[in-house]
Amino acid sequence: MSEQDVAISVRDLRKSFARPDGTEIQVLKGVTVDVLRGETLIIMGGSGCGKSTFLNCLIGEYEISGGEILYQTKKMEAPRDIGKMDEANLNELRMSIGILFQSGALFNSMTVADNVALPLIEHSYVDQSIIDIVVTLKLQQVKMLAHRDKMPSHLSGGQKKRAGLARATALDPEILFYDEPSAGLDPVTSAAIDELMMDLSKKLHVTTVVVTHEMDSAFRIADRMVMLEQGRVLRIGTRQDFETIRDADPRDMTTQDDQLIHQFLNGASSGPLTDAEGMTEFEKLIRADG
Amino acid sequence: MSESPTNRSGFLSRAVEHVGEFAYARVDHLGAGVRYMGGMAFLFWDTCVWSYRGWFDPRIKFGWSSLTAQMVRVGVKSVGIVCIVEIFIGVILALQLAPTLKTYGQLERVADVVAIAIVRELGPLLTAIVLSGFAGASIAAEVGAMVESEEIKALRAHALNPVRFLVVPRFIATTMMIVILCVVADYVGVFGGFLTSVYILDVPPQLYITLTQSALRTTDFVTGLVKAGVFGAVIALIACYEGFHVTGGPAGVGRATTSTVVKSIVALIGIDAVFTAVFYALGI
Ligand SMILES: Nc1ncnc2c1ncn2[C@@H]1O[C@H](COP(=O)(O)OP(=O)(O)OP(=O)(O)O)[C@@H](O)[C@H]1O
Ligand SMILES: [Mg+2]
Repeated sequence: MSEQDVAISVRDLRKSFARPDGTEIQVLKGVTVDVLRGETLIIMGGSGCGKSTFLNCLIGEYEISGGEILYQTKKMEAPRDIGKMDEANLNELRMSIGILFQSGALFNSMTVADNVALPLIEHSYVDQSIIDIVVTLKLQQVKMLAHRDKMPSHLSGGQKKRAGLARATALDPEILFYDEPSAGLDPVTSAAIDELMMDLSKKLHVTTVVVTHEMDSAFRIADRMVMLEQGRVLRIGTRQDFETIRDADPRDMTTQDDQLIHQFLNGASSGPLTDAEGMTEFEKLIRADG
Repeated sequence: MSESPTNRSGFLSRAVEHVGEFAYARVDHLGAGVRYMGGMAFLFWDTCVWSYRGWFDPRIKFGWSSLTAQMVRVGVKSVGIVCIVEIFIGVILALQLAPTLKTYGQLERVADVVAIAIVRELGPLLTAIVLSGFAGASIAAEVGAMVESEEIKALRAHALNPVRFLVVPRFIATTMMIVILCVVADYVGVFGGFLTSVYILDVPPQLYITLTQSALRTTDFVTGLVKAGVFGAVIALIACYEGFHVTGGPAGVGRATTSTVVKSIVALIGIDAVFTAVFYALGI
């Protein structure tokens, strides 16, 4: 594929955290992924494998310990490394990306409408009347217009996410990140959010990166999928690739990786993820964190 | 048995280890202290830069509404408590000083001492201590809760600087309101002394007022207000800094509020001592 088609190119990304006792914990151990322009990429993996850390590195929230994250937005002439950007460049980039945080992360001191209006007021120099129109449109898009004057504390979890999505899309971003968009939602609300995400990505050609645990939702929206395991990429592939593994019989599989992915996608309790002691890799990770 | 020598060397090495650990802990504390001061200095610098840009850079909007909201929250809501505290301090000072001054036959001098003590020292200091509990703790809790609910992250993700959005209005509001509160505190404290002297110690009211007026110079008033302004700035910075560094959920927010009040009070009294020493040396 040509250089042109890549929106974000992650090269050998490493991230470690300092523990309070001075030792280091390596969470990302060299992740290499390309996010293509306009595609929906799903990031999945067990609890504690570093998905949120990966997302935080991508949005410039964490300083990375190694590797590079190259962004190529329409405004940029050449790909730029997020690690080498100063605050001003980073902010410029942030205006063309939108993020839906796990909790919605609405500003609790403002109404829903003010939350959506804030990025517009701060970053676009248009009239209040135009801002009102855009806010109405964005809230309509996520079916939250009826709640425009409510405070975030009076919203349900799903409503918060939808309002958060309206805010994330306020400046018409090129790239949208979602951190577990359907976690903790009922199946219907979760399907509605999936629908919205697909709308945005297909109609507006927004490049979409989604961290999720929900396999149903992942297979609904994905173009391609990445499976992380202990800070490394276990497999990158198209949705069809993963569907093939999901529906195959594990006994026919030749590699342990395939069996592992099969187990993960099907949520089976026995398989290579579960070792002889009856503890899953994830459980061991959780114990080790303990 | 060969136990005892090993034991002794074990004891020795343990002793050395303990001393080492102790020294290490000191150095660690020192390091943490230096880091804290450095972090505060950085936050202060950032706050100054963003306040300046808010005023002078036409591309950056100054958050008037959030500034007024913070001024109401810091100033208006605490004025009652400041008044109660200061009036009692006026009463206490007058009653404590009366017996001694009476033995010198100069009971009416209560007016001078109360005025100087309140205006130069207790007005600013007690207002600041009240505010560190009243405004400091709530700012730390508020900012800490915003860290926990990813609001700060969301601000940054929208290319909005948290210092500009959160610290600048709280910093300016606290600094301005504490100066105004301090003026109120000065009057109320002196009034407390006045009431006590007139109604309990039988000092003639007109005499009390004249003595107060002749005892106070403008510099007494100004040095008190300058101190108050610095106190307010310090409280806001400590509160925001503690809030930003919250980790570990609601318990972390609780720790931040406690830590804000404790650190503020220590810092206030330390700074007060420095100010007093400098003013003394300069003769103001
Ligand atoms: N700020 C931090 N300091 C130290 N360690 C961290 C920090 N953030 C994450 N970690 C560690 O990094 C590992 C990966 O965390 P991360 O939050 O990225 O996992 P995740 O894949 O998002 O898991 P989940 O699906 O449960 O959200 C965990 O072991 C965690 O303990
Ligand atoms: Mg996570």
